[in-house]
Amino acid sequence: MFAALLTQAIHAVLLLALAPLLVGVVRWLKARLLGRRGASPLQPWRDLRKLLLKRPVVAESASVITVAAPYVAVAATVVAALLVPSFTRGMATAPVADLLVLAGCLTLARGALALAGMDAGTAFGGLGASREMAFAALAEPALLLVALCCAILAGSSNLDAIAGAFAEGLLGIRISLALALAALAAVAVAENGRIPVDNPATHLELTMVHEAMLLEASGRHLALWEYQSALSLTLWLSLLAAIFAPFGMAPAGAGPLGWILGLVAFAAKMGALALVLAVFESAIAKMRVFRVPEFLGAALLLGLLGALFLYVSTGLL
Amino acid sequence: MDDTLGRDATAPLPVLILLVCLLALLGLAGLFGALWARMGRAVAVVCIAASLGFAVAAVLGLVGAPTAMLLAIGPPGQGLSLVLDPLAAWFLLILGLAGLATSIYALTDAARAAPRVVAGFPLFLAGMALTLLAGDGITLLLGFEAMSFASWALVGYGHAEAANRRAARLYLCFALLSGLCLAAAVAVWAAAAGGTGLEALRAAPPEGWRAVAILALVVAGVGSKAGLVPLHAWLPLAHPAAPGHVSALMSAAMVKVAVYVIARLLLDCAGPAQPLWWGVPLLALGAASAVLGSLRAALEEDTKVILACSTIENLGLILAALGLAAIFRAADLGALAALATGAALLHALAHAMFKSGLFLAAAAVLTGAGSRRLDSLGGLIHAMPVTAACAGVLAAAAAALPPLSGFAGEWLLLQSLLAGWRIGPLPLQLGLAAAVALFGLAGALAAAAMVRLFGLVFLGRPRGPRAAAAREAPVLARAALIGCATLTVLIGLVPGPLLALAEPAIHAAVRQTVGDQVGLFALAPGGGATAYAAPVVAVLLALAIAVLAVWLRRRSPAEPAIVPAWANGFIPPPPELPFGDPLAQPSAAGFGQPLRRMLGASLLGAQEQVTMPEPGDPAPARLEAGFADPVFALLLAPLAGLRDWLAERAEWLRDLSLRQCLSLSFGTLVALLALLAWLEA
Repeated sequence: MFAALLTQAIHAVLLLALAPLLVGVVRWLKARLLGRRGASPLQPWRDLRKLLLKRPVVAESASVITVAAPYVAVAATVVAALLVPSFTRGMATAPVADLLVLAGCLTLARGALALAGMDAGTAFGGLGASREMAFAALAEPALLLVALCCAILAGSSNLDAIAGAFAEGLLGIRISLALALAALAAVAVAENGRIPVDNPATHLELTMVHEAMLLEASGRHLALWEYQSALSLTLWLSLLAAIFAPFGMAPAGAGPLGWILGLVAFAAKMGALALVLAVFESAIAKMRVFRVPEFLGAALLLGLLGALFLYVSTGLL
Repeated sequence: MDDTLGRDATAPLPVLILLVCLLALLGLAGLFGALWARMGRAVAVVCIAASLGFAVAAVLGLVGAPTAMLLAIGPPGQGLSLVLDPLAAWFLLILGLAGLATSIYALTDAARAAPRVVAGFPLFLAGMALTLLAGDGITLLLGFEAMSFASWALVGYGHAEAANRRAARLYLCFALLSGLCLAAAVAVWAAAAGGTGLEALRAAPPEGWRAVAILALVVAGVGSKAGLVPLHAWLPLAHPAAPGHVSALMSAAMVKVAVYVIARLLLDCAGPAQPLWWGVPLLALGAASAVLGSLRAALEEDTKVILACSTIENLGLILAALGLAAIFRAADLGALAALATGAALLHALAHAMFKSGLFLAAAAVLTGAGSRRLDSLGGLIHAMPVTAACAGVLAAAAAALPPLSGFAGEWLLLQSLLAGWRIGPLPLQLGLAAAVALFGLAGALAAAAMVRLFGLVFLGRPRGPRAAAAREAPVLARAALIGCATLTVLIGLVPGPLLALAEPAIHAAVRQTVGDQVGLFALAPGGGATAYAAPVVAVLLALAIAVLAVWLRRRSPAEPAIVPAWANGFIPPPPELPFGDPLAQPSAAGFGQPLRRMLGASLLGAQEQVTMPEPGDPAPARLEAGFADPVFALLLAPLAGLRDWLAERAEWLRDLSLRQCLSLSFGTLVALLALLAWLEA
């Protein structure tokens, strides 16, 4: 019990502190890949501090939603982040770390973001909100199909159990896992508004989704939104790591030595994923907004195909 | 008969009969007395009391033993009978709670209500209660028809407008269809069982062609009342046409009565010996309804139509859960069958509360801001803060956000699907996988629809002068709204104890128990491999918000500055446009555009047409976007064509000679006698 609470606390502090740093690392890597020097990986932390010291500016037509929504969104993302195992299994939230509950918490954060975008009654906020909710409509079924694949293989949609089942390696390498990985990666790209779905660095209004909803946010509200998006990226990367690369993760009931090994493995995995993300984003162009449904539809089909392969292969056994 | 039915004569049944009779009498009295202003209020007060009585009796029925009673009236040789068992009690609880909220709201403008509303409302309540309490097929049909008739009268209340007349006419057609199908199903079943009592039906589960016929008739008849695709065309027209609180009751309770009839006939009475395909039509049509309903909800431009389409979605989920329960039971997966039934019952209760609240909020908006069109509303959160807060909570529940009430039922439904992937032949398994994706799609579309509804109505700037001068709803309306929102939060926080309360109802439906899959704090299907702990999620969320707020108050104490919206550098609003350029804000059609292009084109035949004027022509360029539910073109239009064709063919009957006319009647008589002789044999 004590170990579960302790690891949960370490996990929470780790993810909360790592989130802006991870964004900084990805930006720095992308800059290096493009031949620029790039800002220090600590820059997002500095930006957050700067934003917190500024006086927020709120539109006259805005309501309490503008003020309250960032808190709700960050809280929902924090709850979701608490559920994803990072360096060890058997944390305090392990019994309730359900993939669908995680999806629900992320939907809550997305809803708060979309409402905040619509609150001031400006053109771009509503535009971004409508696109965000529409993209989610295709991302969500793909995520559920990945959950189905995992539930077929691991016996439940509990993240801790999935990580445990996949870490033991009894399942071997399966085509459906590769398909599910591709589907989940596509969902992660869409949910975090990364290239090719959205450009996190853009300020060209016509092409943006996530940033369009934040145009009226400022001061601590903007800081909270930036932090929420960083935490969401961290959460999705550690989700990918927990499901598809649970190696090195300390099993439930491991001692401090196992935790340290798990922490090292987790740092390595996050670093590798950040590098992959940076290379991927540098290598391809952003797609037209109206082609995003095709991208997410492909993820949906991959998920369905993964489930199909599982049905066929388990039917043969 | 008393031996088979009566098990406990002291329980709440007599009280319920009194209440039903009272409501029916009130309906008659209301018709004559409605011109008297106090009558409306008195009727509403009695409806409140009766709804409370229903809710209390339902809780007693859920915890106590089933009670039954034979009435001294009825067709020859077949007295009407009433039964209150846990399954009926659960739906009676839903009816009581929804009736309570809507009756309280009815009090707000009871003094000005039209006679047909004053008279129809108690009759509507009585019809629904009678359907739920029916102990035999005849009583069931009586209640069902009373419910249909009363609700038709209420739908036709705005008959001065052609659109409302059309809605009422379409509704009447569908009500006739469902009545006919249900009567035929009961007749086919009773002929095999030798009686219409539920016990008799239960003793003779349908087999062979009868099973197919009964399944088809019940799904068509009762499914059309529940808005099951493809028989849903009437619902988005008829529900909005009724007065606000009646729409709420129709969407919250009437469709649930249809769910009850399906659960009663297809799960309880049809027995556990049904084959695997028994639940497939419900599952397939339910999943289709969920997707179509939620997509339409995300594209429609009228608040009440959006809510009615969302009802189609939720009913699709509930009926799909019942279909799943039938499939699981046929596959001998008892615990999963109980889980799916629990999901259906829990979501039925949750939907009743959040949807009645949302309809009441739409009615309050119509009263306070004068419109149901999204393009005339906006910014109402400033003028109607209480309504906006309640609508926000209710819309979040409708969007299935944790930890509110809509999430628990959908989570249970998905969990039962994730656990039961390996049943039946490969096509069925693939169908289950597709159902997972469709439910996910429906859930995300519902979230998009609710964000759009709440955002366009309550947030942003007013889109018209009437919305700018909106007034908050009266005290009683706010009380009803707050009640619905509170119950929605409570139901969301305690799904475990609620499922424990529903346990007898689940057992009555599928003869299985949920067992240790529910706890005080968590739902843990499948022996606790995973769990959803609503209170834990809620506490964690609250804790995170509190810590964040306290910490930020210290780190970032500056008070916000209130300035004109930046809006990418638009000028601040000039004096002649106090709320800024109304066109610089997303419209209902604009907000729906991404989804209309992504999914609407294939599912709803959505089209966009751009008309550009010639160079030099000062006419404006036009963009016309629209969609049409395919059911009108694919089902109703051919049916109407068939009707005209038949009417044309029947014209030749007029030209028959006297001799031919007589021989036609004689032939009919002989054919009927032959049929009778064959049936007797």
